[in-house]
This record gives sequence, C-alpha cells and structure tokens, in this order.
Amino acid sequence: MAKAKQDADSLAKCPTGIRGLDEITKGGLPRGRPTLICGCAGSGKTLLAMEFLMRGARDYGEPGVFMTFEETPDDLAKNFISLGFDLHDMESRGLIATDHVVIARSEIEETGEYDLEGLFIRLGSAIDSIGAKRVVLDTVEALFSELPNATILRAELRRLFHWLKDRGVTAIVTGESGDKTLTRYGLEEYVADCVIFLDFRIVEQISTRRLRIIKYRGSSHGADEYPFLIDERGVSILPITSLGLDYPVSTERISTGVPKLDAMLSGKGFFRGSTILVSGTAGTGKTSLSATFADAACRRGERCLYFAFEESPRQIIRNMGSIGLDLDRWVKKGLLKFHSARPSLYGLEMHLVTFHKVIEEFNPRVFIVDPISNLINAGTASEVKSILTRLIDYLKMQKISTFLTDLTHYGNSLERTSEEISSLIDTWLLLRDIELKGERNRGLYILKSRGMAHSNQIQEFLLTDEGIDLIDIYTGSGEALTGSARAAQDAEEKAAELACRREADRRFREQERKRKALEAKIAALRAEFAAESEELHLLVEEERIRQAALVEDRVEMTHLRKGKPSDPQAKRLKKTGERRAR
Amino acid sequence: MKAASQGKGKKAKADPPEEIWNLRLYVAGQTPKSITAFANLKKICEEHLAGKYRIEVIDLLKNPQLAKGDQIIAIPTLVRKLPEPLKKIIGDLANTERVLVGLDIRSVSG
Repeated sequence: MAKAKQDADSLAKCPTGIRGLDEITKGGLPRGRPTLICGCAGSGKTLLAMEFLMRGARDYGEPGVFMTFEETPDDLAKNFISLGFDLHDMESRGLIATDHVVIARSEIEETGEYDLEGLFIRLGSAIDSIGAKRVVLDTVEALFSELPNATILRAELRRLFHWLKDRGVTAIVTGESGDKTLTRYGLEEYVADCVIFLDFRIVEQISTRRLRIIKYRGSSHGADEYPFLIDERGVSILPITSLGLDYPVSTERISTGVPKLDAMLSGKGFFRGSTILVSGTAGTGKTSLSATFADAACRRGERCLYFAFEESPRQIIRNMGSIGLDLDRWVKKGLLKFHSARPSLYGLEMHLVTFHKVIEEFNPRVFIVDPISNLINAGTASEVKSILTRLIDYLKMQKISTFLTDLTHYGNSLERTSEEISSLIDTWLLLRDIELKGERNRGLYILKSRGMAHSNQIQEFLLTDEGIDLIDIYTGSGEALTGSARAAQDAEEKAAELACRREADRRFREQERKRKALEAKIAALRAEFAAESEELHLLVEEERIRQAALVEDRVEMTHLRKGKPSDPQAKRLKKTGERRAR
Repeated sequence: MKAASQGKGKKAKADPPEEIWNLRLYVAGQTPKSITAFANLKKICEEHLAGKYRIEVIDLLKNPQLAKGDQIIAIPTLVRKLPEPLKKIIGDLANTERVLVGLDIRSVSG
C-alpha cells in the first residue's frame, strides 16, 4: 500500500492493447492494481477482460490468469476463438492459465467459521505457474449467490484486493451492475483505483454499447461516454473527442471529376482534406456526383472508400455504367472499396466506429458517404452533431477528403442540414430540381466554398452517357429556364434576334433612301438658287447697259438743244431719268 | 498435519454393505480454524462412524494445485468423497447437527 501511494505521483500504467481504451485512459489501466469493470449482462465485460489478458500475453509479454466463476473452460475457449485467440495453444505455451471456480450451493453446507484462503491459494498457484502479471476475475460476485455468509465474503474480498495489490498484478475484476449501485454487491467499495462502466442500451430498437471511466485515481482520463464496438477483432473504442481545430491544412486542389464544376470552384476543384457536402432531393444526381468524384480519385491513383447506405456495391457499379463510369476496374485494382450497410443495422455511433475501423484498415485518401442523412435520422440533432464533429475532425487529421451526400426531403428547406452540420462543411453543393413548364430538371449551385472564389451561378446539371455535364442555364428576361424550356427559349430568342436584325436592316435602308432623297433635294435647291443668281446677274448687267445708254442719249439731247448743261438741269434730268427707269 | 485414521467397526450395525466413509479435510497451514475443524471432525466420526471412516487432511500450502481438483475456495472444507454423492461442508464444523445433516450421517447411524 505504501508503495502504491508513492507511485501515485507517476502512476505506472499497464497498456491494454485494446483499440481506443489506452487513449482514453492515457496509457492503460493502473499497473499492479485492480480495476473494476462493471455493466449489465451482455455489456461486454468478459470480452473486454479477455482481450486485456490476451493482448497482454501476446503483445506485451505479460502472461495472465483468467479465473472464471461463470463459464466453463470449454465455453471460455470458444469465446476466445471468436476473438481470434487460441486459448488452448496459449495455455500450452504457458502464456495463459485458466481456473474455473464452481460452487454449487446444493452440495455445500456451511457450519462455523471459514475463510477463502482456498481461493487465494488457487489464484496464487495459477499466478506462480506461469509468472502471471495480469489477472482477470470474471464475476467474482458469483460467490455472493453461492455462499450464504455475506459478512465473511465481504471481508475476504477486501482481503483479496489487497492481496492482488501486494502480488503486484494488474487485475480486472468484473461485476454486474446493480439497481442503484455500480455493482450488485458493492464491489466498487473495494476497488477504489479504477472503475470502468460498460453500458448497453437500446434506443428505438437500436443498441449501442458505451464505455465510461467512472474513476481513475491518480490519473486524468476522458470523462465522456465512448461508444464501442465488439467485432471479430475484439473491442474497439472510439476515443475521438473534439481534438480542437489544429489539423493540418492543404492548399492542394483535387478535381471533382467534372471539369465545369472545377471551373465553378475557381477553376481547380476542392481542397484536399476538405469536407464536401452535397445536398439534394431524391433523384437529383447525388450518387452520380459521388461516383464521379470517386472515379476522379481513382484516376489519380488514390484510394477511395465508398460507404453506401442505400444501394449495394454491384448496383452502384451497374448504374454508374449508364453514365459512362467504369467503377469495376477500380474495385479490381484495389483502389476503390465499397462498404454497404443498412443504416438501421445499428446505431449512429456504431456506424461511426465502423467508419473508423474500415478507414484504418483501408487507409483511403477520399472518403465518401452516400448518403449521410440516413444516419442523421438515427440520432438526435445534438448527438449527430457531436458524432459527426468527431468523424470530420478525425478525417481532417488524416487529410482525407470527405464527400458526404445528404438526402433532403420535399417540403423541407434544402438547407435543413445547416442546423446540424453546416458549420463543419467546407464546400457545400446543392442539387435541386427546377420544375418548370411540366418538366423537372436538375440544377447545381455552390452554396458555399471556403477559401476560394466560387461561382454564384446556378448551372443545369445533366447526366449524359459520358458523365456529368453542366450547362449555363438561361437567365435572360428575369427568369431561369432549364431543359426544353431553355432550348425553346433559345430558339425563340434566335428568331427574335433574326427578326430584329431584319428590322434594323430595313430601317437602315429606309434611312439611306431618305438620305439620298434629302441630298437630291439639296441639289435641286442649289440648282434653283444658282439659276436665280444667274438671272439676277443678267438683270443687273442689262440695267447697267441701259443706264449707260440713257446717259449717252441725254448727252446727245443736250447737244441737240445747244444749251449749257447746268447743274439744276442736270438734277432735273436725273429725276426724269429715274422716273423713266421706273 | 498429516493424519489418516480409520476406526474399527466395533459397533457396526446391521448394514450389510459395509461402507467406508472417505472424508477429506482441506486446510491451509495449522491455523486455529483448521485445528478446530479437525478436532470436531474426529469427534463426530468417532461418535457416529466409528470403525468405518477414513480422514485425509490436505494442506493446500504444501499442495496448492490440489485445490482446483475438488473446487476448494473456502478453508477449511470437508469433502465427503465416499459414499456418493459428493458433499462439501465449509467452516470449522463447530455445529455438530449441521455437520451430521451435511454429511447425511443420521440416516446411516439410524
């Protein structure tokens, strides 16, 4: 005990080797001390303890003793095999020792005082036989139902835990959870160092296993409830809490697989490691867009993991053949991996654990979930948010580009998802139906795309034999048109344009004609003017000639009268001359 | 603490198949409880099974591996190996009545 207290400053830990548990406990269980694992029936206590023992023996060179009070050695061996461990082999190699403690109340009579030294001796002998460092006591509480004297039992259990500490073994003691207490018989009173609680709950017919560290004396630990999964590789715990926002970022851009969509995203596509969400109602082409993105990734030689929650892999491959995508070759090359599951198979958290597991196995660079909305419906909004935050954080840490599709429903706002996950999304594409004139067409636009100048245009989204194509939709005269309406509008516009051009030509000609007419008129006026000027000229000349002739006449007359041409006479003459001229 | 004694069937009653009671007492060292248990057992046997019993005392400190075989957890434990069926009595055997019930002796002694 004194030793344990000294160690409290730098608590030695014993790695469990169980995925996730060592992260939560920051290194493992307290070394050389007992840990209590409690939970209801079927919550995975035995399995967790078993894995702790097996991994210790196999991976950390620490042999272990498994003392079971419930299961027979045969059942135990079967359970071990289900996790991929051969119990008999490990026993024969001296890595594991088992002891099955059977107490049948029917054949036991109790008289007078006793203690459980026999149990201690058995355990001690098993520990010594293989030099065990780890011990599991699987439901030591079974003793309470078989031995009537609880007072003695309690004293002996207290002694047992002290004894385990003195032996310096790292022990796991399992216990059934009680109504109000952690364990039915209050084992937590004796095991004060580390208590782990396993929960197995069913919400809306979907079961979820969760693990929580209730206490861990002398060590910090994750305090949340962590979902965990039991599968053929043992227990996986999801340790991912929100790791903060310090993940690495990339300036590398990756193609969407649709050149015109790349163009809309400032010409280069998505950022690597970003999170992309495609929202759309049913049949708007989300899967096609996902498959195109997957195809583009495989073309770059990158591994792509595709989680399909609506269709089987074969069906996706077949359907995508219709838009010219040959996904099968990527599957054969090992670049593309499909993982199909029904969303209702298990709870959201379980799916998340599965994501982690498969991602770790496959190590993809592109991760697609089609669609994520089915998962969203499996939990409450806050749960979904916390879980997706964990997933997206994890993926960002790994620099995995994430492509999520989201099926939105009619009557809801297309941006419905926003409440839940929009803040986690870097690039958000919206696919929507555009209903117009008895036709339904697909439109695509970019709702947001962080860190790039993206197009604000709605593009018509076409699925062709050669894949996805985007077309500028008609946006003239105040409305957006798609499909045949767009085509009709185009034709109409062309006709109108032609008519317009004709009209212009006509007017131009008219103008020309008018100009010519005007010019002709001007010429005529000029000619008239010239003629008039000429006439006037002649008239003036005539008058001058006539005047000159008159003067000559007068001179002649003066000569004839022989009179002197006096001044008044001259004046008079001039007057008469004028009169005559009139 | 190794003791094996066999009573002589002096007061043997008219039980045609002469049965030998094979009793095994598990102890862990010479603790007061062990000594008490052995003394109590000896007394009961002499009184009720004189001459047709055998007591084997097993010290688990010396032979710890034997604890597993008879599924011993409590000390002291008395195991009735014979006659069948197997019966166990845990404790220091202070309550004679209960020991007799536990070993099913009353029916034998009539």
